[in-house]
Amino acid sequence: MMEEVKQEPPCLSVHGHSVKVAEVLQDGDGLTFLIVSQKLSGTGEYHVDRTYEDFEWLQQNLFTQEDVPGIQGVIFPPLPAKAQMNATAKIIRQLGFLALEEFKPYCTALETFLHQVAAHNLLRKNKALEIFLTSSEPPGRQRARKNIFNRLSQAVEEMRKEGHKDVDEFFQTKRDINLALTGCTKSAADKFLDVVLTEQKIAVACGHFAAALHLCVESGDDPDKAAFSKICVKLSAIFESMKKNMTNVAENDVSTLGLGLDLESRYQEAEKEMLFRRTCKLVELETARKNAEKAKPVKKPPLEEVKKAAETEFSHICEVAKQEIEHFEAARVKMVQQALLKWCEKQLHTARELADQYNQHLKAFRAM
Amino acid sequence: MATSSERSPPPFPDAGDPAGRGSDEDDGDDLFVSVSNSSLSETAATVSQHSDDLVTPPSDATADLSSEPISSGLGSKTPSDNLMSPPSDAMSDPISSGSESKTPSEPSDDFDDLAGNWMTPTASVESGGGKGASENQLRDEFVDILGNETEAPTRDVAVESAGESGPDEVGDAKEEVKETALLLDIGSSADLAPRQPSKIVDPLADLFDDPPPAAAPKQSAGADLFEDQGGDLFADPPLIKTAKPPQKSLFGEPDEDLFGEPLGAKKKPAGGELRDEPPADKSASRHGGKVGGAPPPQLNRADIFAEEALAPGHSAQRTNGVHGEVGADIFAEATVELSLDSPQSERKKAGATPATGTAAAGSKPSTSAPAAKQATAALEELEEEESSELEDKFDITVSITDPEKIGDGMTAYMAYKVSTRTTLGMFRNKTFTVRRRFSDFLGLYEKLSEKHGPNGFIVPPPPEKSILGMTKMKVGKEDSSSADFVERRRGALERYLQRVVTHPSLLQDPDVREFLERDELPRAVSTQALSGAGFLKMINKATDAVSKMTIKMNESDAWFEEKLQEVESADQQFRKLHALVESLVLHRKELSTNTASFAKSAAMLGSAEDNTALSRALSQLAEVEDKMEQLHQQQAANDTFGFAELIADFIRLLGAVRGSFDHRMKSWQRWQDAQSTLQKKREAEAKLQWANKPDKLQLAKEEIAEWEAKVTQFERDFDRVSATVRREVLRFEKEKARNFKRQIINYLENLLKSQQQMIKYWEAFLPEAKAIA
Repeated sequence: MMEEVKQEPPCLSVHGHSVKVAEVLQDGDGLTFLIVSQKLSGTGEYHVDRTYEDFEWLQQNLFTQEDVPGIQGVIFPPLPAKAQMNATAKIIRQLGFLALEEFKPYCTALETFLHQVAAHNLLRKNKALEIFLTSSEPPGRQRARKNIFNRLSQAVEEMRKEGHKDVDEFFQTKRDINLALTGCTKSAADKFLDVVLTEQKIAVACGHFAAALHLCVESGDDPDKAAFSKICVKLSAIFESMKKNMTNVAENDVSTLGLGLDLESRYQEAEKEMLFRRTCKLVELETARKNAEKAKPVKKPPLEEVKKAAETEFSHICEVAKQEIEHFEAARVKMVQQALLKWCEKQLHTARELADQYNQHLKAFRAM
Repeated sequence: MATSSERSPPPFPDAGDPAGRGSDEDDGDDLFVSVSNSSLSETAATVSQHSDDLVTPPSDATADLSSEPISSGLGSKTPSDNLMSPPSDAMSDPISSGSESKTPSEPSDDFDDLAGNWMTPTASVESGGGKGASENQLRDEFVDILGNETEAPTRDVAVESAGESGPDEVGDAKEEVKETALLLDIGSSADLAPRQPSKIVDPLADLFDDPPPAAAPKQSAGADLFEDQGGDLFADPPLIKTAKPPQKSLFGEPDEDLFGEPLGAKKKPAGGELRDEPPADKSASRHGGKVGGAPPPQLNRADIFAEEALAPGHSAQRTNGVHGEVGADIFAEATVELSLDSPQSERKKAGATPATGTAAAGSKPSTSAPAAKQATAALEELEEEESSELEDKFDITVSITDPEKIGDGMTAYMAYKVSTRTTLGMFRNKTFTVRRRFSDFLGLYEKLSEKHGPNGFIVPPPPEKSILGMTKMKVGKEDSSSADFVERRRGALERYLQRVVTHPSLLQDPDVREFLERDELPRAVSTQALSGAGFLKMINKATDAVSKMTIKMNESDAWFEEKLQEVESADQQFRKLHALVESLVLHRKELSTNTASFAKSAAMLGSAEDNTALSRALSQLAEVEDKMEQLHQQQAANDTFGFAELIADFIRLLGAVRGSFDHRMKSWQRWQDAQSTLQKKREAEAKLQWANKPDKLQLAKEEIAEWEAKVTQFERDFDRVSATVRREVLRFEKEKARNFKRQIINYLENLLKSQQQMIKYWEAFLPEAKAIA
């Protein structure tokens, strides 16, 4: 693999930012995503069908680029959890915002993932990305299991090494901050999700009320009855616009701050994972050092070698990690800011729209 | 007629209320003249002379008498009163209006009857004749009365009158007797011509036929007349009480009803007339119809009654025969009203039915009944229009504030401050405040529904008792749900009371006024039975009964059938709406709590954030979300009080509407029952005739007459209730539309306000978000 990657041209044959998850198709319980990307040559597009397993394959390939020094210091763009039709409540809860609105946000999240990968200066050179985006054949699906296994073992290790004291002040602070932020972001995203869900419920309730009001319309020529019917119809219109507004608000919430918080939360997780990998390396290095010191002269040379290898790797990782963290922090502030800004603007827009509608309704009622 | 009009006018024109009294005293002669004129038309001259002669000596006495008898409710002197003051009004009205002489006679009829009872058969006959023209029903009753009374009654009457009024009165009575005799002669011979003769004949026959029952009927009649007037028109508690016992015990329901109806119909017009006495015919009648709606008349009456009410001893006075001025005035008015009423109603009727027709009707009760119905119906419809037009003019606002928990433990209760602001003259002050507890509100409702429910009025129901809410409150949990409960209830009570006072008929009720004005209210009892569940059950039961009865009742009026269906479906829809709004409110509350917790986590995120700009923005965001939470809370409250409560009110009101349908059905049932009884009696009579048993036959005939009267009465009852229900339902619908419109505008205004607030919040946050980078 190493060789292959080196021989490949350093860049993708498509525009990274042009990648789009254009459509999602249901296939039994599974989902198939149609991914469209523009060729660099400017003549035509690639259209490929990808399942979640293909995404996993891609990420797995990114994880295991052994030729890149310090690859473990990379904050890998986070791939959202697997989505499926008729998902259980637990999975939906796990997906959070991404499970809303017929997987539209989910597609956006996948798109973001691909963009991030394509924009990453270390990852975009990976051949797997090129294959993923351009090959008409679905890339291997049999490796998926390994990935799951990997994560399980990671979880066990985590318990042991999470609290390991860092040798580097910088990373120690980053870890602390990351730990706090991960929790806060996750809970903020959850709470915000609750808000959105309630907004959706309100929208539905408004819709029901509006429909029920239509049933109150009485036929007859009696002026009082006619007046009442008119009131009902108008009120129904009011609730209808209220419903639309609420739906819009909920959608906006999801598409701006919701997705922002979700991405932020997943990125924090990714950073955490990266920091954890680094910590693991650190532990490994420390053990190697100890072993080298304690070793008898006969056995020393090989252990020294192991130690040196570990040291080199660790320093690579640290180097990459520092860059990644800096880059990540700048990017995430920008991302959160964008989310907040867009959110605020949309809220303002819908609020104004609704106020206008209320105003009109009010005028109509007063004129009655 | 000419004579009467010439003479009487001077006192009446400006008089208004006082006209009755003043006219009585001063114009005793005139009055009599007028009466005679009206009833007898041409014979009037002779009659008037007689009357004058008779009257002149005791003129003072007659005045007194007139006032007294009325108050006492005994007919002995009533005749004189009738002849005197009321007739004058009646006369003047009819004359002015140009309506027929018959109409005026109507009012006098009541009185005449009384008089007749007391006096001699002849007198009764005469009165009957006079009245008969106008109202057949009344006449029938009176006839009975007269018959019963015949001779024995006359003496009693005389005695009574003597006791009450004193020697003068006795003298008057005798004189009157003479008069009546004269009148009789006159009437029979001369003027009344078409109507009277026939009527007279009937009454006389009746009189002779049934001597025994007489006494009771008279009294009852008198009592009823006065009672009804007092009760409905003036809604005087003392009056009612005094009047009731005798009626019930002596005469049973039928009498009450009979009198009640006609009088009721008339009463209103009378009120109107008092004001507009100078009679601008139609306007006067309209005013009368409005009664409730027309503030001025109310004021007058209210004042009168207020005075009465103030003097609790009044009733005693009446019985004793010692009449305070107030009492006299009141009665004078009452009589005046009666007379006025009948003329008006008659006029209306007259428009449709020629005078001769009425006369004929007089002879035959059955024929007359329809005419009367029509008249009442017409009247009611008129009233309806008027009242709806005038509804908005009620200048009275009731607000309920300061819910306050009094006491501790399970005996604790909530007291509310009930403040009234009004410019209506029927109240002593423009603003006043009392403290009432919840059970007082229920007590008021019970009183009102007892009094007005059977007449087909839609009595606005108060909020149900809530055991849960009260228990929470008693336990003293000061959480948001109990505050919410108290606020909901306060609002519901306020709307309930406001509905009561804007109801033209209910506002007249003395209990309402007492509730609003009196400092200490006797503790309402037995409202415990009206606890929430029980109350709902009651309504449901009533509706069940209605639906069951509908099956039995072959509805004569498609309108009611249709309406009932509408009410049923509206009820269901409102229930559905209510459930939906409640769930909407729940969601809003949820949104507000969720927003609050999001605000909290945003604040935490802000504090954990490393980037200072982002951290600050997030803290700002937390603040914005905190404010949003307030907005959502307001919105939930707006939904609750703007819609949920309004709809709940209307669900309760729809229950009341169905209750009124139920009452109508009951009235119908009673009518049908009476009809079938009558049928049985007739069959029995036929058998007796076959068996040739003259002694029993006589009894059977009497019974038949009695039941015929009852059937007519019940039928009219039913028609009256039907008309009331119809009017009330229309009013309800109007109210509904208006209420909803007002509420929705209110609601929208609130929505707009909070929306604008929200815009402000976002506008304030926007620069913060931009400043992050």
